[in-house]
Amino acid sequence: MHEAPSYPLLGPKGWIAFAAVGAFLLLAIPLANLLGGQALVPDYLIPLLGKYACYAILALSLDLVWGYAGILSLGHGAFFALGGYCMGMYLMRQIGTRGVYGNAVLPDFMVFLNWKELPWYWMGFDMFPFAMLMALVVPALLAFALGWFAFRSRVTGVYLSIITQAMTYALMLAFFRNDMGFGGNNGMTDYKDLLGFNVQAKGTRIGLYVASVMALGGTFLLCRFIVTSKLGRVLLALRDAESRIRFLGYQADNAKLFVFTLSAVLAGLAGALYVPQVGIINPSEFSPANSIEVAIWVAVGGRGTLVGAVLGAGIVNGLKSWLTGAFPDLWLFALGGLFIAVTLLIPQGVVGLVRKLRLPKAEPVAAPVEKQA
Amino acid sequence: MTELATLPMREHADRLLYLDGITVSFDGFKALNNLSFMMRRGELRAIIGPNGAGKTTMMDVITGKTRPDEGTAFYDETYDLTRLDESRIANLGIGRKFQKPTVFENLTVFENMDLARKADRRTARSLFAHLTGRERDQIAETLDMIGLGERWHDLAGALSHGQKQWLEIGMLLVQDAQLLLLDEPVAGMTDHETEATGALIRRLAGERTVVVVEHDMEFVRALDTNVTVLHEGSVLAEGTLAQVQAHPRVIDVYLGR
Repeated sequence: MHEAPSYPLLGPKGWIAFAAVGAFLLLAIPLANLLGGQALVPDYLIPLLGKYACYAILALSLDLVWGYAGILSLGHGAFFALGGYCMGMYLMRQIGTRGVYGNAVLPDFMVFLNWKELPWYWMGFDMFPFAMLMALVVPALLAFALGWFAFRSRVTGVYLSIITQAMTYALMLAFFRNDMGFGGNNGMTDYKDLLGFNVQAKGTRIGLYVASVMALGGTFLLCRFIVTSKLGRVLLALRDAESRIRFLGYQADNAKLFVFTLSAVLAGLAGALYVPQVGIINPSEFSPANSIEVAIWVAVGGRGTLVGAVLGAGIVNGLKSWLTGAFPDLWLFALGGLFIAVTLLIPQGVVGLVRKLRLPKAEPVAAPVEKQA
Repeated sequence: MTELATLPMREHADRLLYLDGITVSFDGFKALNNLSFMMRRGELRAIIGPNGAGKTTMMDVITGKTRPDEGTAFYDETYDLTRLDESRIANLGIGRKFQKPTVFENLTVFENMDLARKADRRTARSLFAHLTGRERDQIAETLDMIGLGERWHDLAGALSHGQKQWLEIGMLLVQDAQLLLLDEPVAGMTDHETEATGALIRRLAGERTVVVVEHDMEFVRALDTNVTVLHEGSVLAEGTLAQVQAHPRVIDVYLGR
């Protein structure tokens, strides 16, 4: 008798690895910083690692739609930035009278522009729960609207990628404008505190780092839940043969709309956690190149693997931090070269390479993705 | 044929599929030209015709992939196929096997069957779906029937061409399709596989309604059933294979090459 396949959230080894990495990131790193001092884990490393965790969440959100549903979004940076702006608006409202102009309600840039009162869309952003809700809802609404029209009109492949690029570019231009009320090209910065804690303080930084790592863990498990469900197999099937899955009676548009919207929510979450750690949000976060870079992280790590997205975000950004410090002029060449090298040499990414080395008999493992663009 | 449509429905209770006056043009070329076609419940029908006769376009109209410019298409007397989308039509019980085998190559044989299995197709249900023992047994039974009982956990992409065709037929069976549209089901099969497929299709007829589009005349003969000849987008002749083969116009356009 054959056994029906089972789809655990993680295998026994997977849980051990998950717990080990979690313990290392959540306990070892902060404790080493607090007790071991600067030699072991210097202070600057904490927000840097927190930033990487946010990037990893963003990469996971893209892998969910690209690796599993075949939707290559080149506009995920926009969802990330929208989440970031919502957090930025909350942080601006927390400044209160401590701004340069000392206006209790209006952020400095509005006073500077001679605005007399807060625009309606800034209402409620002084409340943390509302701002956080918006950080998830605003990207979701945008993704839902875009996906609704695109998927129903059967826009797929490179055309969809171009539309998402255009979306993030259009948003960048819009947010550059001063009269949008989001600080124009300077964006928002000079944050003072978050939930009453000073954003510059060591404790707050560690707290933000821990929150980011926990959000990363939660996002990873949520994505695993989706890809191990029957819906995950529907997504893989529609990635490889969309019309076939329609003739089987599945509403491919709905399935795509669901993952695309959820993915935007995750990207928004990443953006909201990112902004207080880097201390600024401005329209350059919408730049099309940012979104393309996210696709490179995922490709380097290995599409359709989830773990690969996290690894890829870490590897590429680690490299970026090091190279932009050591050889600032080389970074863009390195990034381009990396993408070409991955495409030519390890199309399955780092995770694919590791699997290949561990299974030399080339036994086909889960979900190779070479078939689609 | 048009006067049939005005008769009370009751008299056509056994009429499962009814196309009337279907015209489809692509840039002026009429892929289907005033085509009328009818299938009774439980019937097995072979469709033959030269390339470009409109066989695949007819399948596309029935499954909602192509919208006709003119004409009506009814399933089970109540469902207007020209207004429903592919997934709705599939859920009505119309299953299609494509000319080129299109199984999901990156999923296992069992997973392919599980996706095809009749179940609530909505996104939220798929997210929380669990396979019961009975559903597993149903898949197991069908896999044994199509000769893939030992291949459960193999990727569908690793199957031979003939096995992929069978897997696709198996998927239609667990989908519980009542009307099966099989586009060249024996293309690329060995003689032995062709024979087995013919036996399987004959066994299905009666219980299900089956339309087979086929080029292989030997296979059509083996099916031993009524044949519809399409030519330039409309029906040229209908009858037993012997009858249509004796039809002078059929000889002209198709068989008399």
